[in-house]
Amino acid sequence: MSALLSLKNVHRRYRRGGFFTRTEMLHVLRGVDLELEEGASLGLVGRSGCGKSTLGRVALGLERPDKGSVCFRGEDIAASDPASYAEFRRSVQVVFQNVQNSVNPRMTAGEIVAEPMRNFFGLSKAEAVERSRPLLEQVGLKASDADKRPTQFSGGELQRVCIARALAPKPRVVVFDEAVSSLDMLVQARVLSLIEHIRDEQGLAFLFISHDLRVVAGLCREVALMADGVIAARKSSVKELVATGHPAIGELLASLPPAAPGR
Amino acid sequence: MMRRLFYNKIFWAAAILLGLIGAGALFAPQMGLPDPQEVNLAAKLLPPSSEHLLGTDHLGRDVLSRLLYGSRVSLGSVFIILLLIVTFSTLAGSVAGFFGGVIDSAIMRTCDVFLTFPTIILAMFFIAALGTGLTNVVIAIFFTHWAWYARIVRGIVISLKNREYVLAARVAGTSRGRIVARHILPALAPQLLVLSTLDIGHMMLHVAGLSFLGLGVQPPTPEWGSMINDARQYIWTQPQLLIYPGLAIFVSVMAFNLLGDAMRDASDFSFAEVES
Repeated sequence: MSALLSLKNVHRRYRRGGFFTRTEMLHVLRGVDLELEEGASLGLVGRSGCGKSTLGRVALGLERPDKGSVCFRGEDIAASDPASYAEFRRSVQVVFQNVQNSVNPRMTAGEIVAEPMRNFFGLSKAEAVERSRPLLEQVGLKASDADKRPTQFSGGELQRVCIARALAPKPRVVVFDEAVSSLDMLVQARVLSLIEHIRDEQGLAFLFISHDLRVVAGLCREVALMADGVIAARKSSVKELVATGHPAIGELLASLPPAAPGR
Repeated sequence: MMRRLFYNKIFWAAAILLGLIGAGALFAPQMGLPDPQEVNLAAKLLPPSSEHLLGTDHLGRDVLSRLLYGSRVSLGSVFIILLLIVTFSTLAGSVAGFFGGVIDSAIMRTCDVFLTFPTIILAMFFIAALGTGLTNVVIAIFFTHWAWYARIVRGIVISLKNREYVLAARVAGTSRGRIVARHILPALAPQLLVLSTLDIGHMMLHVAGLSFLGLGVQPPTPEWGSMINDARQYIWTQPQLLIYPGLAIFVSVMAFNLLGDAMRDASDFSFAEVES
């Protein structure tokens, strides 16, 4: 059986510079191979700028690889027919890092969570907003919060709204792109336990992109290290990853703050 | 933005002033004024009276009536120009910003070319080629101004299209057209509104200036710029004939500028962010 989501030899370059200036190519992804099975919870770590987020965007279908392919249930999404593309679109959802920018400030929480349901289930706006209420409760908010606007939520609450939006179309995979990095420690811990709870309850597969080894160690059953545009190692725990002695992992370890100050 | 505007006195002063000017322009035909084009040489250069509230000009035409009918031309042409510019530039700027790459470069280089033409010179060129008239003034101002708007729209669209909520909408299966309608245009509209309000005064001055030079609105149609031109020879004997239309231009341009300023101050975005 083929994996739920797989990236095969994915390359991605960015062109820098304009019409008249000298162009410069940034080769961000240099042949990434990554497979995500049904129900997997994979952490993807690497220092900032190593291409983690680009990989996330390619896996989400937001950017096309220059070379290589992204396959959903074994089928290349670039070549799939509209029906199976729609199935991919519904099944692979995302939660972004920048909470404030992740929601349209002109919409209510209900409308935000309703958007994917209107698109995928053909619901009317009113129906979809009604169905957003139990989803908001599921992520620890109140049903009445559906009528509030983003400015009326705290960062952690807003991230819960984003999680509810990602869960709304009943996906199989959710990509968390630094999803807790902009939150403070306490809120981070609460959101992480929510994510863990949802995973265990719904059997969702995760791709958890982070630069914070502790977060990944606590949440994920597998860890992949990204360096120089490729997957450098994939292990079943952060400990084993550290044991590989890859230079990039050393940098990540060094960037961790001490668990207790002044020890 | 709305709440902050509500408590802004300058906003209300400008809005009320513009409301009055707009009402005057809209309802000029219903106010029972004398015909603004009716020549009566027996009644020329009359002082204000109950029949002619602001007196008459050198051809015996009612000045108040000419002022009000003139505002229809000035305001009307500016709104037509704005409508053309905003529609066209939103389209061009969004396409450039949304698709990027070669299309973006092509549209932006075209903008650069148009930005090199000074309005008055291009207007004179059009008028030399196509003849005098308000239509050619409208075309000239459109050609010299659309590129500014297109550039700004492009900047805003680029800054919006990589916002996480637009990406999230794509992941949520929203089509490109719907993304533009639901997420991009609503964010663009208030910024364009402020920008165009700030520009209205500028455009009114162009229309009046070209008409003053005899290139725009042709007599006997009343227009503020051409009224000033008509009154030139009476500057020492009947200065009010210049002062009235001059004051009309001054007050309405100032009102639009104050309104635009108030709206800009009340809005929570800065143009420095998008003009790149």
